[in-house]
Amino acid sequence: MSTVHQRPSLWYAVPAFGFFGLFAALPMVLVLYLSLTSWQGLETPAFLGLENWSRLLTDPAARESLGLTVLFTALAWAVQTPVALLIGVWSAGRQRNRAVLGSVFFIPLLLSTAAIALLWQSLLNPNFGLPQAVSAFSLPQFLGDPRLALYTVVFVVSWQYIPFHALLYQGATRAIPTTMYDAAIIDGASRFSRFRLITLPQLRYTIVTSSILMVVGSLTTFDTVLILTGGGPGTATRIAPLYMYDTGFVGFEMGYASTIAVLLLVFGTTVSLIMMRVTRFREMRSQQEGQ
Amino acid sequence: MVRRSVGTALGAAVAALTLAACGTTGPAAGGAGGVTVWALQDPALNPVEQESIERFNSGTDGRAKLETFVNDPYKQKLRVSLGSPNAPDVFFNWGGGNLAEYVDAGKVADLTPVLEADPELQSAFIPSVLETARLDGRYYGIPMRGMQPVVLFYNKKVFADAGVQAPRTWADLLAAVDGLKEAGVTPIALPGAQAWTELMWAEYVLDRLAGPEVFQTIRQDGPAGWRDPAVLAAMTKLGELLDRGAFGANFSSLTWDDSAASTLLAQGRAGMMLMGSWEYSRQLEANPEFVEGGDLGWLPFPAISGGEGDPGNVVGNPTNFYSVTAGAPEAATEFVSTTLHDPEYVDALIAAGDVPTVTGIEDKLAAAPNADFTTWVYGLVRDAPNFQLSWDQDLPAADAEYLLTQLQEFFLGNLTPQAFVDALASR
Repeated sequence: MSTVHQRPSLWYAVPAFGFFGLFAALPMVLVLYLSLTSWQGLETPAFLGLENWSRLLTDPAARESLGLTVLFTALAWAVQTPVALLIGVWSAGRQRNRAVLGSVFFIPLLLSTAAIALLWQSLLNPNFGLPQAVSAFSLPQFLGDPRLALYTVVFVVSWQYIPFHALLYQGATRAIPTTMYDAAIIDGASRFSRFRLITLPQLRYTIVTSSILMVVGSLTTFDTVLILTGGGPGTATRIAPLYMYDTGFVGFEMGYASTIAVLLLVFGTTVSLIMMRVTRFREMRSQQEGQ
Repeated sequence: MVRRSVGTALGAAVAALTLAACGTTGPAAGGAGGVTVWALQDPALNPVEQESIERFNSGTDGRAKLETFVNDPYKQKLRVSLGSPNAPDVFFNWGGGNLAEYVDAGKVADLTPVLEADPELQSAFIPSVLETARLDGRYYGIPMRGMQPVVLFYNKKVFADAGVQAPRTWADLLAAVDGLKEAGVTPIALPGAQAWTELMWAEYVLDRLAGPEVFQTIRQDGPAGWRDPAVLAAMTKLGELLDRGAFGANFSSLTWDDSAASTLLAQGRAGMMLMGSWEYSRQLEANPEFVEGGDLGWLPFPAISGGEGDPGNVVGNPTNFYSVTAGAPEAATEFVSTTLHDPEYVDALIAAGDVPTVTGIEDKLAAAPNADFTTWVYGLVRDAPNFQLSWDQDLPAADAEYLLTQLQEFFLGNLTPQAFVDALASR
C-alpha cells in the first residue's frame, strides 16, 4: 500500500517545466527586455531604458484601449454567464428533446474562431448580408457604427463561447446528487426554489472556474476582433491586444508593442489572482456524499 | 493572445539572435540556388507572373518559385521575414519611403551595377518611374508591373439613368453627388473599412488645392507640416462632401479586398469609386460584362477651381518593384534583370489590363484589347507634372499607421478638420 501513496519522482515534471520554460517563461523575459528597447523589427534592438514605459503612461490611445478591454471583458462575462448557466442547467435534464436541442446549441463549439468571425462579418455586411436581405427593417450597421461595433463583437464572442461554458454547467449539474432534489421535493420546494437553493450553490465552484476562463479569455481576445472589425471603425473596438498588434506588426514599433504586452500580462495575471483570492478557489471542497 | 504574441516575439527574437550569431548568413530560403519570389495576390496578374517564372525556370537551372499574399498581411510578413533568416530572395514593394527603411537596414541588394552593365535594361523603363526605387543615387528595384495612378471610376449607365454629367470639376462632382442621391444610388463607393481608400481622397484634394509641396514638407520636416492651412482647407472640403452624404450610409462597413465595393459599382448600386488603376483589372476579372459592355467609365480626379495644384497631377503608386534581398543567390538578380522587360511578359501584362512602365509601348497598347483604358492611363502618367506616391507608402510605417487611424476617425465624424490637423501635428 505504501507505494501507492508515494510521490512520483520529480523527473516526471521535467517535460512540463521544460515546455513552460521554453514557450512561456523565456518569451516573457524576452518581451520584458524588448519593452526596454526600440526595435523596428529589422536591426538589433536598441536599449532605451524606461522610455517606452513613460510613453505608455501618457499615451491616450493606450488608455482608451485598456478601457475598452475592461468594458469588453465585463460585458462578455455579464452576457455569457447567465445564458450559459441557464442553457447548461436546462440541458442537464435527461429528456430526449433537451438532448437534441442541446446538441444543436453546441454547434458553435465545433467551428474555428476565424470561421465564426468571417461568418458573422458576411452575415452583418450591410450591402450583401442580412441587413440587405431584410432591408425593409433598415437594420443599423452592426460593425460599421462605432457606437455599436463593440457590442456586436461581444455578441459574436458570446455566441462562440456560451456553448463551452454551458457544457461545463451541464456536467456540473449532472454531478449534483439527485437525493438533494428528492428531499427538496418532499419538503414541497418549488422548481425555482430548487434552482436557487440547490443548483446554484452546488454550481458555485463551476461558476468561479467558468468566470476565470471567461475573464482571462476576454482580456486576451484577439483573433475574433481582428477579423471582424480590425479594431475599427476608427478605434471603436481597438482593445489592448489589438493595439499591441497594430503597434508591433503594422507600425513596426516592436519595443513599444512589447511594453503593452507586458502591461497586459501583468494586468491579466493580477485579475486572475484577485479572482482566485476573492472566490477562495483554493479552499474548494465538495459537499457531495462519500467524500 | 498574450501567449501567442509572446510566441511571435520569441520567434522574432530567436531569429534575431540566430542572425547575429551566424554573422552574415543572409537568406537561407530556397536552398541550392532556388529563388523565392514574393508578390501580392492578384487574380488577374498572378497567372502572368507565374508564366514568366516558368519561362525563367525552363531557360536556366535556377528554380524560382512564386508565393503571393494579400495586401495588408503582406506588409507585416515582409517586415518580419526581412528581420529573420527566412527572407524571400525577391520581394514586391512600392519603392519610396517604404523601401528606404529596408535599404537603410542593409537588407536590400544594390542593383546599380546590374543596370549599369546592361544599358538595354536601364533604358527599358520610363526613367521617372525607375527613380521611385532610387535612393541616395543607387537603384534598389526594377519595375515589375504597371503604373497605378488613382483615378475616378464611374458607372456610365447609372450616370445616364440619373441624368448627371461625368464630373470634370469639384462643382460637377457635387452636382453628380446630388443627382445620384436623388436617383436612389450611393453616389460614391468608399471602402472605408480600409482606411487607405479614404487616404486617396485626402491626397487628391490636398494636391488639387495646394500642389504636392505641402505633403513633401510633411514627409521631410515632420508632423508640424500638417499645420499648413491647406491641410485644414482640404479636410474641410472633404468634410463637406461627407456631410452631403456622398459616400452613403454604409461606407464604414465596406471593404475593397473582398470585391464588395467593386461589386456595388458594377451592379449600379454606386455611381463612382476613387481607386487605383488596378480596379480595371479587378473589374475585368470579376465583372467582364460590365467592362466589355462599355459601362465602366474613368476620369482624372476633378479640378478644384481656385486651387493652386496642377489638375494634371496624379497620386497613387508609380509602379511596384521587385527588389533583391542582400545575400540572395545569383539567380535572383538574373531573374529581375531578364524577365521584367521581356516582351512576352510585357504583352501578358497588357493583355491583363495593366499598363507597364516600359518605354515605347504606345503602339502595343493601342493594338491590345483594353486600348481605351491603357492608352488613357499611359498618357495620364506620361503627361503628369507630378506623381505623388501614396502617403502611407511614403511615410515611415508607424506614422502611416497613425495617419490612417486618425483619417478613419475623421471620416466617421469623430474628428473635426481642426481636430484632425491637431492630432497629426502634435504627434
